[in-house]
Amino acid sequence: MWKARPDEKTPGSAAPAPSTTNNSTMTTMPATTVASAGTAAAPVAPTAARTAYAPARPAENFRAEVAHIGKSVLIKGELSGSEDLYLDGEVEGSVDLKQHSLTVGPHGRIRANIRAREVIVHGKVDGNIAGDEKVELKKSAVLTGDITTQRIMIEDGAFFKGAIDLLKDGKSQSGDHRRELSFSAAAGSNS
Amino acid sequence: MPQFLKMFRSSTTAGTPPLAPSQERVPRRSTGFQEFTKVIQAREGLNVLDLGPTSPTNIHYLTSLGHKIYNVDVLLSSMDPALLHPGKDGAATVDVERFFAENLVFRGEQFDAVLLWSVADYLPEPLVKPLVERIHSVMQPGGMLLGFFHTKDAGPQAPYCRYHIAAADTLELQQVPRFRLQRVFNNRHIENLFHNFKSLKFFLARDHTREVLVVR
Repeated sequence: MWKARPDEKTPGSAAPAPSTTNNSTMTTMPATTVASAGTAAAPVAPTAARTAYAPARPAENFRAEVAHIGKSVLIKGELSGSEDLYLDGEVEGSVDLKQHSLTVGPHGRIRANIRAREVIVHGKVDGNIAGDEKVELKKSAVLTGDITTQRIMIEDGAFFKGAIDLLKDGKSQSGDHRRELSFSAAAGSNS
Repeated sequence: MPQFLKMFRSSTTAGTPPLAPSQERVPRRSTGFQEFTKVIQAREGLNVLDLGPTSPTNIHYLTSLGHKIYNVDVLLSSMDPALLHPGKDGAATVDVERFFAENLVFRGEQFDAVLLWSVADYLPEPLVKPLVERIHSVMQPGGMLLGFFHTKDAGPQAPYCRYHIAAADTLELQQVPRFRLQRVFNNRHIENLFHNFKSLKFFLARDHTREVLVVR
């Protein structure tokens, strides 16, 4: 629904929202709670349409390839899709992009568990992130939650509170095995 | 906390605007960390708890060894304005019960290794002893903790530092001017603080710091 298509780029084309949802789904509970921040439950179509059909500018070419949710959008419920997504608004609930990437913009405020192939965070996330391939925390990122992924990149300045479990071949390194430790011998009392 | 703790400051710097950390990192050899590393390099899949500020290099180092890492910046969390309430003397104090209800809650997770760094020297006094008790409760028997404690010679202006792991025996220190030294512990104080633990091993460093390895 957020992806601008080549044949739909005409500025001002007010296509109805349902016609843009053929490649991804956005489930909200209730459906009318997709609202511009600061307003009470306004319909999603006008805001989303403005976001999706904004004229492409050179600096924002990525919008032509990546679905985009602007910073004034609030979504409560389950957000799922099958295309890459740039999310600069607020989400409460869950985000599931399966084999696609999610970028949380600097204004993004996510209170949800996230699952995607690749997750890049510039903004704030309260929730667990499962990035099948990669998770990146940029220097402005604030993450409170656990990360499960195969590769992780964290920039200096990012705030992180939680656990990181790196997967090897899709399996947790730590597992749930309990180990008999033999640290005692390494540190005898020597005060 | 017992009266033996010498207070350099009567309160933390909570409420003051955050100051940017220095970009400079000063390398420093650490015998304590070298010993700690020998243990965590011996096997993969350990649960490691890092109680210092988020450090990408630490996360990279520990995860590259095959460990699962938990990061909780205890000192920063203790400055959450929502946790402060007026004390008897009017000064803001930390709500200890709420702090531990919101922090260091691991839902049954047990840790094999804990990096305390120098957090205990800078933490608000009401949190120090409960913090050590909480650490004890979430550590595996035989698990190891590494802590740094300033000596009296360090002086009251000893800066708080982020510790970045540079190598198996080397740390890089990056000053963070946001926090002030609250107290110094001597050896006996440290032993009392960790009295529930099995053993302690002290290393006296040149920069007026004791490195302590504690075994649960």
